[in-house]
Amino acid sequence: MFDPIFIKVLIGTLLLAASSSVVGAFSFLKGESLVGDAIAHALLPGVVLAFILGDGRNPLFLIFGALVAGLIAHYGISFLEQRTKLKADTAISLVLSTFFGFGIMLLSAVQRTGLGQQAGLERFLLGKAAAITLFDLYVFAALAVVLLVSVAVFFKGFQLMTFNEDFAAAIGLPVQVIRFVFTILTVLAVTVGIQSVGVVLMAALLITPAAAARSWTSSLRFMLVLSAVFAAVAALMGTVVSASLPKMPTGPWIVLGLGGIAIISLLFAPEKGWIARRKRAKGNQLKTQRENLLKLLYGAEEREGETVAMTSDMIVAMRRQHLDGLRKTLRSLKKEYLLVERPDGFALTDKGRSEGRRVVRLHRLWELYLTERLGMAADHIHPQAETMEHIITPEIEALIVKELGNPEVDPHQSPIPYEED
Amino acid sequence: MEKSIEVHNLTVSYHSKPVLWDVDFELPKGKIIGVVGPNGSGKTTMLKTVMGLMKPDSGYTEIFGQPLDKVRERVSYVPQRESVDWDFPADVMDVVLMGRYRKNNLFKRITKEDRRIATEALEKVNLLEFADRQISQLSGGQQQRVFIARSLAQQADIYLMDEPFVGVDAATEDAILKLLRDMKNEGKTVVIVHHDLQTANEYFDWIVLLNTRLVAAGPKEEVFTKELLQEAYGGRLTVLSKLGDLISDTEFPLREPDFKEDHPKE
Repeated sequence: MFDPIFIKVLIGTLLLAASSSVVGAFSFLKGESLVGDAIAHALLPGVVLAFILGDGRNPLFLIFGALVAGLIAHYGISFLEQRTKLKADTAISLVLSTFFGFGIMLLSAVQRTGLGQQAGLERFLLGKAAAITLFDLYVFAALAVVLLVSVAVFFKGFQLMTFNEDFAAAIGLPVQVIRFVFTILTVLAVTVGIQSVGVVLMAALLITPAAAARSWTSSLRFMLVLSAVFAAVAALMGTVVSASLPKMPTGPWIVLGLGGIAIISLLFAPEKGWIARRKRAKGNQLKTQRENLLKLLYGAEEREGETVAMTSDMIVAMRRQHLDGLRKTLRSLKKEYLLVERPDGFALTDKGRSEGRRVVRLHRLWELYLTERLGMAADHIHPQAETMEHIITPEIEALIVKELGNPEVDPHQSPIPYEED
Repeated sequence: MEKSIEVHNLTVSYHSKPVLWDVDFELPKGKIIGVVGPNGSGKTTMLKTVMGLMKPDSGYTEIFGQPLDKVRERVSYVPQRESVDWDFPADVMDVVLMGRYRKNNLFKRITKEDRRIATEALEKVNLLEFADRQISQLSGGQQQRVFIARSLAQQADIYLMDEPFVGVDAATEDAILKLLRDMKNEGKTVVIVHHDLQTANEYFDWIVLLNTRLVAAGPKEEVFTKELLQEAYGGRLTVLSKLGDLISDTEFPLREPDFKEDHPKE
């Protein structure tokens, strides 16, 4: 397994996967993921025709055939979108299926002659890295390096075109040229990529690494590097499996590896990942519970005109909260000195009182805002304010106070409690 | 009057439906100019045509008496904030640095001088401490200020801004207004597309009133009259919009195919 030829194949395949994923990252950011898929399918007739008409063994012919077919497909999609009333997804599907159907037809015809089998044309469908000849590999690896260098050279142009094309045109960048270069690179990236994953699964190689990388970073440069690394790791897995098991295509394994990386990324990435988001939601839930408890005690003080202590049983009776959850809330409030535990129960500290006052203030301000600005009836506003009191930031509070002109009372004539200086 | 922008007999279509009909006016230098009109009145189209982003059916536009291509480095454009995806992976500094991109430095690295200019621009919009912040985490007002900082980094003489006051907080509004005053004092020209009549009178020295056709252009005292405002905002001209629909539906070319109105200086 570790013979020098295999190592060469391996390194080559990693390079192929990495380079197509870097180009694909821009398609992903542009929201043009499906165009790459269409181009990949459209390459099939180009590749097979190049085999029939030219020298089937020469990878340069294949690249040329792929390039021509890819460009025709790309401009065909643009033409359909601009000149007919077809929607983008329809235009893409139309081109994809027509080209692919034609490609499969040609492939069957060649295979009947027996020549195709010999040349391993099948590998274009699902990819078979181990079937690549060393010469092919060198050619494609060289192309992959060209792709990576081009992306580095055109980085500023691609970045601005993807983010804000109008601005790029406004400052006089050669937008048409940059777009054309990007199209060529996409077609070449697909040509290179199908050597490892095949036509059918190419979209996964263009898009999945970028989608996974995006959830880890918000820097474009780092995202490109990470996409390349993810694609290379998946390619490593696919190549090893394909070389170890007889008759096993590479593509599906690479794509499965990418899928795994994507799932891990979407679940575990900090900030953007599902788990981090769940945690944030949990944190907000605790914040809501804490603030409601402080509000409860503040309201009791407001009614009694003096400091009030409540036992946890009293609180459970007043709020529909389980004792377990309440204990957790109380503990976290005590830890931050917002509450003190006295023999007769829990009471607000000065800090806790000020926080309770803030929540009551936001509640009443929002109720007033709803009646004054949105014309809502006074008996409909309470539930909304129950939520908003936990969300409104100090900046928004200041805006509301300013807009309502430092109001004194809410729609129910309760005073709006401002902080005493 | 020294001219900043000249719009000459301009007719522009969007999806082959005319949105500007024979609009013709000249703007002065060194003023804060508002392009005002109701929604769908062709304000953005006008700006985009001046910036060469849309091709006119007829007529032409000039900046400082020249075609755009000859003065591009002196012109800065601030697109509508909603026109880009703010989830794009970039931080505030990345976006402001885009204001330093030029045709002739596209393949070069960003220089120290570029960074210095971008930092200064960020300082002017009070966003320096946000330089490393992801653009997806900014508020609407902060996004708008990032766009304006990018435009300042271009160090242009004329600034064309598309609806910079839409959906911004009071702090951003104040910051933009202060900037506009400073720019005017430096002799720069600012052209702002704006749809809110209430504030237009207070923001601008000079006003272009548009509603598909030109209603009026001139110093605000002359243009901001009840009659003219009513003309601009009193609903669309039914005949004009019917004709526009007809042209779009029947795909009627607005000029004969071989008709070519040459730009006088090209």
